[in-house]
Amino acid sequence: MNTAIILALASCSMALVAALAPLFLRQPVAQRTGLSLLLAASGLLAMIAGICGLILGGDALILPLGLPWMPMHVRLDALGSFFCLVIGSLLLPVAIYSQGYLRDETRLTSLAIFMPLFVLGMLGVVLSDDAFTFMLFWELMSVSSYFLVTFKHENLENRKAGFIYLLMAHMAGLLILGSFAVLYAAAGSFEFSAMRDATISPFWASAAFLLAGFGFGTKAGVVPLHGWLPEAHPVAPSNVSALMSGIMLKVAIFGFIRVCWDLMGTGDFQWWWGALVLAAGSSSAITGVLMALQQHDLKRLLAYHSIENIGIILIGLGLSMLLAHFGHPMLAALGLVAALYHTINHALFKGLLFMGAGAVLHSTGTRDMESMGGLIHRMPWTAALFLVACLSISALPPFNGFVSEWLTFQTALMAPQMGGALLTAIVPFSAAMLALAGALAATCFVKVFGVVFLGHARSEVAASAHEVDNWMKVGMAIPAVFCLLLGLLPVLFIPLVDRVPQLLLHASLADSIHAHGWLWLTPIDVAHSSYSAPIVLIGMLVLGGLAFWLLHPKGRTIRRSVMWSCGNPHVNARMQYNATSFSQPLRRIFAGIYRPEEELRIERSRHKLLADSVHYAVHVGDMAVQYLYQPIGKLTLYVAKLLQHEHQRGIHAYLAYTFITILFLLAVYI
Amino acid sequence: MSSASVQIIQAVMLLLFAPLAAGFISTCKARLQNRRGAGVLQPWRNLRKLFKKEVVMAHHASWVFRFTPYIVFTATLMAASVVPALLVDTPLSLTADVIALVALLALARFFLALAGMDIGTAFGGMGASREMTFSALAEPAMLMSIFVLSLSAHSTNLTTMITHTLNSPFALHPSLAFAMVAMVMIAVAENGRIPIDNPTTHLELTMIHEAMILEYSGRHLALLEWAAMVKLLLFSTLIVDLFMPWGMTAQADLTGVAIALGLWMVKVAGLLFVLAVFETSMAKLRLFEVPEYLSGAFVISFLGLLSYYMLEVGA
Repeated sequence: MNTAIILALASCSMALVAALAPLFLRQPVAQRTGLSLLLAASGLLAMIAGICGLILGGDALILPLGLPWMPMHVRLDALGSFFCLVIGSLLLPVAIYSQGYLRDETRLTSLAIFMPLFVLGMLGVVLSDDAFTFMLFWELMSVSSYFLVTFKHENLENRKAGFIYLLMAHMAGLLILGSFAVLYAAAGSFEFSAMRDATISPFWASAAFLLAGFGFGTKAGVVPLHGWLPEAHPVAPSNVSALMSGIMLKVAIFGFIRVCWDLMGTGDFQWWWGALVLAAGSSSAITGVLMALQQHDLKRLLAYHSIENIGIILIGLGLSMLLAHFGHPMLAALGLVAALYHTINHALFKGLLFMGAGAVLHSTGTRDMESMGGLIHRMPWTAALFLVACLSISALPPFNGFVSEWLTFQTALMAPQMGGALLTAIVPFSAAMLALAGALAATCFVKVFGVVFLGHARSEVAASAHEVDNWMKVGMAIPAVFCLLLGLLPVLFIPLVDRVPQLLLHASLADSIHAHGWLWLTPIDVAHSSYSAPIVLIGMLVLGGLAFWLLHPKGRTIRRSVMWSCGNPHVNARMQYNATSFSQPLRRIFAGIYRPEEELRIERSRHKLLADSVHYAVHVGDMAVQYLYQPIGKLTLYVAKLLQHEHQRGIHAYLAYTFITILFLLAVYI
Repeated sequence: MSSASVQIIQAVMLLLFAPLAAGFISTCKARLQNRRGAGVLQPWRNLRKLFKKEVVMAHHASWVFRFTPYIVFTATLMAASVVPALLVDTPLSLTADVIALVALLALARFFLALAGMDIGTAFGGMGASREMTFSALAEPAMLMSIFVLSLSAHSTNLTTMITHTLNSPFALHPSLAFAMVAMVMIAVAENGRIPIDNPTTHLELTMIHEAMILEYSGRHLALLEWAAMVKLLLFSTLIVDLFMPWGMTAQADLTGVAIALGLWMVKVAGLLFVLAVFETSMAKLRLFEVPEYLSGAFVISFLGLLSYYMLEVGA
């Protein structure tokens, strides 16, 4: 037993203790402090376990738990360690943040039980080394997060979102179970080590890939399986949304990598797997960001951005699959590193964004961006930290989002010819889609920051907002610092990530990464491409400082005056661009995709040229919900109605049903 | 001469020549319209005037508004110093490749749009919304057209891409022609020139860039105007670098640099003259025709990519 796995198990037990703590702690204050403290400890331990596991290597262990003939197998390998690190690095700040965020909450018990269970589920999935343990913790994660989504169950909206979430999570669980069943049939054992060694025919490999892809894809929110995501994330408490969006979606990515790369292996890859993942990634990235642009509920907007970023991760994974299939392990390793780097980046900045949204919600009591504005004056810390996350998610240097998107671009551009011309042309096309998604994300975050934090307050609640307490500030500051560090020093971090392709692809980027020192990021070699974030930042600081020092008049303050209003003295806050008007050009350009339902009503009672009041409303629905989910739902209801009268038979009929079922099962299995 | 000194000369040159380039375009346009024009030095005089003037800011302008001119200026300058103009292999060209260059310009634009929204006037929000929308459509087209060259050079480093073009025998590649047309179209759009935006108008309902900087005054406005001029010269240099780098020197000796400087000025002046002719002979597009223009540029660059794969890879 080595240090890493002991630390990881300690992290799990800390989460378990936190889940049991409400049995002894009854006061909300005690519950809140216990929850924050124990989860922070669990997060810190997970982080250290992840780093230790990546540096020292992990170990496997059999725990005397579970069914008598099937003890739990746990193992911390490079892949598990990396995701342990992802979980820990967001769990720690979120736990600190919760201490402040839950201050006004009086009924904490359900949150204090299910949030640690949720964390335990995620850690367990990452550590598991047999299909049974994996599914057990997976379901623990899904079910406990259902109770977190419906934490405020007195609202109808929350119960509805919770139902959709539970339904889709179980559908996903069923598909994943199917995938493990296929692998079990080949290996004859639930243990992952047996599944790794087993050979599997191409047909069954594809079946397992598709089942795992759709199962984990549903959980990760890949378009069009994303229906639950924009419903569930906004209604959950913000610290939970941060965990769900930041880590839970990543655990689904982990599961996908585990099943495809590890249990089946790169030898089983077929060319269309990579192409399918690449297509799913590109379409998720574009659909996610386009839908996000039309939202004016802050947390719903962020939820759609999670779909976009999962798409970006899948683009990296898809490229890696294609390159591995066509025999370029080095480039496949680069694609995998790019995807994993984006995984941890997204966990950090999306966690920060949800925490920032929570701070705004805490302070104003609303998620509606149309009634915000000018918060930068009343919440300066939140605004500055939120801006860091906006810059990171928009892939702007010198922050971390840019590094991972840059690596993904490099993978796409360095890809040599593969298969036919069409397949080869798909690769740069997906790079162009990535560029479009990145640029649209920047547009969206100008809108978010501009409408929420800049300008004038659009309502009374925004005008009387207040800054959040120090716990929440610290909780947000930690991921902000990580965002900057991961953006500035990728060369120091990539060798850690590199352990994963070493394990899965037997290829390493270590030589090319280390070739030019910590200052230069050179994924292949210096003639191909290079990027140095520290020099960019230092250069900008020197040049900007010099310009400021030269130009700024010493000892004089800037003259302040009223804003320029075309000579009209009556300017009010409603004249500003808001979230709906900001995205109007895009609504018009992409009208074919959005199909907006617009309503314009002008009342003219005095004269036909004098408008008394103008009323404008626009609604953009989710196409997937409209054309995929609703027909399926209607069909289900229709079939249920057809079968309705069968339910009302007497006891004889039910006995007959049971008899027929038993006969059927006997016929199939014997 | 060391390559570091050429690097500094190059960056200072782009900075100082940028207002002259703007003046050159307006002089060319004036002559084409049978006017005398204000002369090549007029943008310099404007900048000097603005630097002397006092800054007035709205009451509730935040630090975003105040620091944006400096961020925009330095990000643009940083991008400009990365682009090789005279010497192929400059020390800073390794700092950022083409993708990072595009991202630096995006950083400048991000803050410019935020500053537009900071004051809370309808104009600022309008400019920010339009600028971000159109640039979101322009950016993939620009990267696509650069990717055509990157794929043949197997690199996104400008130095390697230029060396590749210089070392390969001169041939008319259809893919490069497509890429160049797309790149020029994007350069026009990104710099807010006719037919996308008119840099000489104020208070038109179709304005984009001017709407965002309407609240700025004094040295802040000067920095933003200057940054816009540097950006125009940066795009011209980038087009020269990518599609006609002949004459750039590989060694940092005096004659080589002098020849490169002369040729660079001729090539950039030629490009700017073409721009002036187009601006004189064309009207501004309607606002909602701009997306069609930009998607046209995207399709052209994608055609370049396809023709690269179909016609040139095997050859």
